[in-house]
Amino acid sequence: MKILNDTDIARIRGEFPILNTVAKGHPLVYLDNANTSQKPQCVINALKDYYERYNANIYRGLYELSELATAAYEGARHRAAQFLNAADDCEIIFVKGTTEAINLVAQSYARPLLKPGDEVLITALEHHSNIVPWQIVCQQTGATLRVAPINLQGEVIQDAYEKCLSEKTKIVAMGHISNALGTINPIAAMITKAHAVGAVTVIDGAQAAPHTALDVQALNCDFYAFSSHKIYGPTGIGVLYGKKALLDAMPPYQGGGEMIKSVTFEKTIYQDLPLKFEAGTQHIEGAIGLKVALDYVTQIGFEAIHQHEHELLIYATQLAHEHKVRIIGEAKEKASILSFTLDNIHAHDVGTILSHYGVAVRAGHHCAMPVMEFFQVPATLRASFAFYNTKAEIDTLFNALQKVREIFK
Amino acid sequence: MNDDLMELYQEVIMEHNRHPRNYGILADANREASGFNPLCGDKIYLKLRINTDNTITAVMFEGSGCAISIASASLLTEILQGKTIAEAYALFEQFHELLTGHPTEGIPLGKLAVFAGVSAFPARVKCATLAWHTLKAALLNNNVIVSTETGHE
Repeated sequence: MKILNDTDIARIRGEFPILNTVAKGHPLVYLDNANTSQKPQCVINALKDYYERYNANIYRGLYELSELATAAYEGARHRAAQFLNAADDCEIIFVKGTTEAINLVAQSYARPLLKPGDEVLITALEHHSNIVPWQIVCQQTGATLRVAPINLQGEVIQDAYEKCLSEKTKIVAMGHISNALGTINPIAAMITKAHAVGAVTVIDGAQAAPHTALDVQALNCDFYAFSSHKIYGPTGIGVLYGKKALLDAMPPYQGGGEMIKSVTFEKTIYQDLPLKFEAGTQHIEGAIGLKVALDYVTQIGFEAIHQHEHELLIYATQLAHEHKVRIIGEAKEKASILSFTLDNIHAHDVGTILSHYGVAVRAGHHCAMPVMEFFQVPATLRASFAFYNTKAEIDTLFNALQKVREIFK
Repeated sequence: MNDDLMELYQEVIMEHNRHPRNYGILADANREASGFNPLCGDKIYLKLRINTDNTITAVMFEGSGCAISIASASLLTEILQGKTIAEAYALFEQFHELLTGHPTEGIPLGKLAVFAGVSAFPARVKCATLAWHTLKAALLNNNVIVSTETGHE
């Protein structure tokens, strides 16, 4: 297995211009990767290159620039299909991000399907973006939203999850990895159980895509979504994967240009997949940047990424115990996310002070208010590690936490 | 410690955070409001008693939040004792200008001046003003008669 040694990490850090900047007079220690990731030079260059050399709208130009842009955009779709191991490129829909992907499924798949008495099942770990779209569609259709509970470690209780499943369950929507706690759900087994009652599965992969090799065919999920900006690509673009048969049967999410074959005032014929779901001019450079980002992480390799990030998590967890901070979420299977509280000091006070030592972490409810309520904390601090982070940065975090304690002694 | 941080987390603020004044439920209040900052989860419940001559005779609060929001609520309850409603509005306006880095002359801000350091932390201005926005909501809601029996309208 390829392992990232100190030389590799130093080289990688050199490829991310922002990691070599200064924050409040200190070298930036960026530990908010679950929020958004930093961008390597190759991604930044890809956007610049698009605007400098072949900026044109896709599909509709009969000139070379448009042909180049179209090829690059469709090349990005092909790359995303490869990344997820989708069976067909047409199963890849470009969207704004995971949030839009889930809303698309809720409105185009679930809304025509759901009836009063039907159930949508989510878990108590979900991000608001995998709660609210389902609440909206349940209100629209009279279906019921159910929530599979979690235990004190922050893991979905599998027995309880199974008990929530019945022939009434039409959709199971769950995060692959929890953004607030880092819990990795055993989604392959959970998908199998959902399918056993005939439910369709929607996986929020926003936190998983940057950390895990994905294979939607092996998982056999029906829908899978992730965001580019969390996997070192540009903001404003993401991917919805859906099984072709399901996507084909769904009505469009939005109407507009590019998603039609013909339009008259009497009748419009929609495009085939995937364009049926891509109304209007798309985020072309975003898709192109995402492709470069996917190439970049694949080149480093997920085994190496996982090994390094896991080492960082173990190191940070050990320091958290030594410094007696309260870890929120101690699942057996965890991604490189450390959610914690410091004594009784409010997360925002901690965050403000950390920021003055150059350390960027998230302080808040992480768009997962129900998770905070479960652990009876108003907010937590969250340090989330990427492959470019180092143990020295984690030391800086804990040294800065000591300063917080001195101020609040 | 960094100078800006020292300005922000002054001893007066830290002390009011540790030992908030007038913390609890005011039994015979005739104005109340709750304030909530959905971005950070801070909550402030404020109750006041106002005389017929528009003088604030008692203020108490409960809530949870960061050091800045709790200290601000605590100092608010101190400074408002005996002030008229008009003076309370004027204080808020002046306090806000202090927080946004444009201090003006007017009613003496007294201990509220310790919040001057917040102006270097734009993201924290909301923390310092939460109690004051809650106060404004309580003062505007002047048709509400608070029952002394239940503590609710």
